[in-house]
Amino acid sequence: MQSSAFQMIHTKIEKITKATVSLEASGIGNEEMAWVDNRLAQVVKINKNQVTLQVYVGTEGISTNAEVVFLGRPPVLKVSEHLAGRFFDAYGQPIDGNPEVEGEEREIGGPSVNPVCREQPSELIATGIAGIDLNNTIVTGQKIPFFADPDQPYNEVVANVALKAQADKIILGGMGLSNDDYLYFKALFENAGALDKIISFINTTENPPVERLLVPDMALSAAEYFAVDKNEKVLVLLTDMTLYADALAIVSNKMDQIPSKDSMPGSLYSDLAKLYEKAVQFPKGGSITIIAVTTLSGGDITHAIPDNTGYITEGQLFLRTDTDIGKVIVDPFRSLSRLKQLVIGTKTREDHGQVMNAAIRLYADAAEAKTKRDNGFDLSKYDKRCIDFARDYSRHLLAIDVNLDTKAMLEVSWRLFEKHFSLDELGIKKAISDKYWRGPGNNGN
Amino acid sequence: MTRGIVTGITANLITVEVDGPISQNEIAYLQNNDERLMSEVIRITGKTAYMQCFESTRGVKVGLPVEFSGEMLEVELGPGLLSKNYDGLQSDLNKKEGLFLKRGEYTAALNEEKKYEFAALATVGERVNAGFWLGEVKENWVNHKIMAPFNLASEWIVESVAANGIYGIHDVIAVIRNDAGERMELSMTQRWPVKIPIRAYREKSRPYRLMETGYRIIDTFNPLAEGGTGFIPGPFGCGKTVVQHTISRNASADIIIIAACGERANEVVEIFTEFPELEDPRTGRKLFERTTVICNTSNMPVAAREASVYTAMTIGEYYRQMGLSVLLLADSTSRWAQALREMSNRLEELPGPDAFPMDLPAVIANFYARAGMVYLHNGASGAVTFIGTVSPAGGNLKEPVTESTKKVAQCFYALSQKRADSKRYPAIDPHDSYSKYLESPEIQQFLSERSGPRWVSDVLSLKNRMLRGKEAQDQISILGDDGVPIDYHVDFWKSELIDAVLIQQDAFDPIDSFASVERQEYGLEMLKKICDRKFRFQSFEAVAPYFKKIINSLKQMNFCDFNSAPFKEFEAQFKSMLNEGDVS
Repeated sequence: MQSSAFQMIHTKIEKITKATVSLEASGIGNEEMAWVDNRLAQVVKINKNQVTLQVYVGTEGISTNAEVVFLGRPPVLKVSEHLAGRFFDAYGQPIDGNPEVEGEEREIGGPSVNPVCREQPSELIATGIAGIDLNNTIVTGQKIPFFADPDQPYNEVVANVALKAQADKIILGGMGLSNDDYLYFKALFENAGALDKIISFINTTENPPVERLLVPDMALSAAEYFAVDKNEKVLVLLTDMTLYADALAIVSNKMDQIPSKDSMPGSLYSDLAKLYEKAVQFPKGGSITIIAVTTLSGGDITHAIPDNTGYITEGQLFLRTDTDIGKVIVDPFRSLSRLKQLVIGTKTREDHGQVMNAAIRLYADAAEAKTKRDNGFDLSKYDKRCIDFARDYSRHLLAIDVNLDTKAMLEVSWRLFEKHFSLDELGIKKAISDKYWRGPGNNGN
Repeated sequence: MTRGIVTGITANLITVEVDGPISQNEIAYLQNNDERLMSEVIRITGKTAYMQCFESTRGVKVGLPVEFSGEMLEVELGPGLLSKNYDGLQSDLNKKEGLFLKRGEYTAALNEEKKYEFAALATVGERVNAGFWLGEVKENWVNHKIMAPFNLASEWIVESVAANGIYGIHDVIAVIRNDAGERMELSMTQRWPVKIPIRAYREKSRPYRLMETGYRIIDTFNPLAEGGTGFIPGPFGCGKTVVQHTISRNASADIIIIAACGERANEVVEIFTEFPELEDPRTGRKLFERTTVICNTSNMPVAAREASVYTAMTIGEYYRQMGLSVLLLADSTSRWAQALREMSNRLEELPGPDAFPMDLPAVIANFYARAGMVYLHNGASGAVTFIGTVSPAGGNLKEPVTESTKKVAQCFYALSQKRADSKRYPAIDPHDSYSKYLESPEIQQFLSERSGPRWVSDVLSLKNRMLRGKEAQDQISILGDDGVPIDYHVDFWKSELIDAVLIQQDAFDPIDSFASVERQEYGLEMLKKICDRKFRFQSFEAVAPYFKKIINSLKQMNFCDFNSAPFKEFEAQFKSMLNEGDVS
């Protein structure tokens, strides 16, 4: 497409693989962008005069005398207020039929924030979903993925969280989205009348997989613009990061790198961390919160992708269908939000922590009782009460379609405790139970 | 100085054609426009140096000039290291400009302008050797010793010492000369290459004191010695970082050094935010006064991540040379190993297990060996205690980093997914974890002097109870509640009691998060008494409710100040319940 006056045109490619081309050139910078036969490419290796470029869309049909033009700069995104409400491809080009956005060119995948310039996250993001707000509270500046099997409605849940969450801008980075899912997101955002605060960078399954590698950096550069320059609260949705990691593996394989666990590149941890660590709370009020999706294969979280992700992100959310109530819930056992301690009981009511822990412990007792029942043993009265409690707890709180504020969630929890248990079975600090427990036995002992 | 020219770039591996002699691990600077990018030589073939760049190599071109420094990666040691936040290369993060890290910006480690009140300890004519205490200054509350260079090969003679007074860190505070008549001017600072251990001491001894952490499962069950080594492996989400942070807050060390190595930035921010506010439970001073943070978070350049643990260890050894007890925490050593793997991969070395470099076990062993309790030349003792976390891939403890670490660390604090899932925190597994110090005669003697001759046997008996409880539980789940004798239920519930009261500890509760030795002694004695008691129950159904009540009262005690009125109230409550148990 466009190229400016002083650029030299190379026409002698010496080596072509499925994803890369190599040629002789001098004065080329590492990670510089180029056009190869009108396809975007990036420098990945330089050895003396030999420059190797990764061609994003693939090298099909490229001839040895194809034109190569180096752009003299790393990949960039033009940023301005006008990004809002727009849909772009992985290169930042509009795909919604509207003209290109004018604005300042910014390098994508830029440097990290100095850790001492970060603020400790302390503002909760309410989603109305008890599995999140009550048990795994999310905070601005946090990064957290949904770990979900491909058959679970993760995109629907993520979209709902995005719409309910209070953010100034929502940036969607779609990697390998099916066209249906893309249209679903688009329609949902339009119908919610929220389009003016949403920006999307979309790579669908129809686009070449290696292109996906640019999507998160594009989305996060746009996020940095709004969070730093405009001091806005930005929520970034990245789905699906497993497909992103697959693209990394393809490239690393083409570059003859030795694979480590599960055929993933040895640098997977650093590659993913570079993206997720863009989540930040700035002192001036701007923030970037990342909610991602990592699809699992058969629930296996020991695979290199979810495993490395878990070590990087601040917790993870699991979806599960609860057969007791036939609805999708956020699994209280395996889900975790690491930053919840920063807001629980301080930004929420004082009993939050104790209620959350007691409920989950009792829910765990119920799970044990169920195992006992499944193995054909008799259940004690306590076991039965736990199982009843667990059903109520799933139905009135955990189900993904329940929409309450945190205070109401706590009240519902107390009423369920009173219905099923005695006070000393809760193990809650006396100062707290004195205030909120309305069942028998209060202040008595 | 040797110079060179860049000939190739692959990610952060750079090849350089050199015009003179260079050495392995030498530091060089690559001049890219107005940026100077630090790199380290990691392989030499003929005139080609392979270098790992400590910064992003975006935009670096073939033909750029490289200047070799003649030095290995060094840190600057002197007063002012405490309360600092450094990156992996010891640049002071607070001195850096702008919101984003600018590559090639290296800031001074120490405060050049700051003056310290110097008091001489050496006298003119005295013979000194490496690490000799020439004088001291006050750094926060620490008596920071000004020491003779650690690389002095022989004895030197003090020619002059500065008079007591106020000096800057680079002022000359002593002059020494050797028998050959060479003179050396010494300031408050010296430089040291991070990959070389400081060995200016008389001998390394076996540990004979304990490092208290305030965690009951560590101090009582699996004690960590001063100068000892421990490691905490665990899948993600099991609370590794919470355990490390809590230890860093409560440990009975003079100096805490935290190496945040390839982990989350928000975790470091938590330290930055909380440590200036929190008090050291022992001295009442602010925690950050005794803390240095070396922070190379996961999004910072990978090569500097490897350097960060060495930087932290060197600063730890420096304070040890002052006769202080230093606790070094590294989170996580797996990220460091991964940095080694990435580089080894780019160098196209033949990979070992899981694509890690073949010499990984040796690298880890060498690093752990730098911890220890030492006697200095002047008879004082100092220690570096090291705790590293390990993040095993897939939570599988049979991976190379965990296995290599297990061979060298003396304490093993295994975090269990199962305990974390049931919110039993800290999720340190009571069955798998161990401390070899519990069997060490020196430590046993220390314990019996501190807490009475029966301490060790009491601890072992409670550990045994935990095991019996687990066996009983297995039997119950196979045979059913009524398929086993009632005693099995009692055994199981006794182990549940120990679990709930001793092992579980709320790191977020201001009182429960720290258990003093006194409290732990009280706790152990009480649990021992209950567990030694024979209970008679009419049916198995009566066992659980009874123990739950006892557990509830004892847990409430953990949340009360030791020996306070509410504490006594719950104590009385539980004692009366205990008597009930006998008659039922």
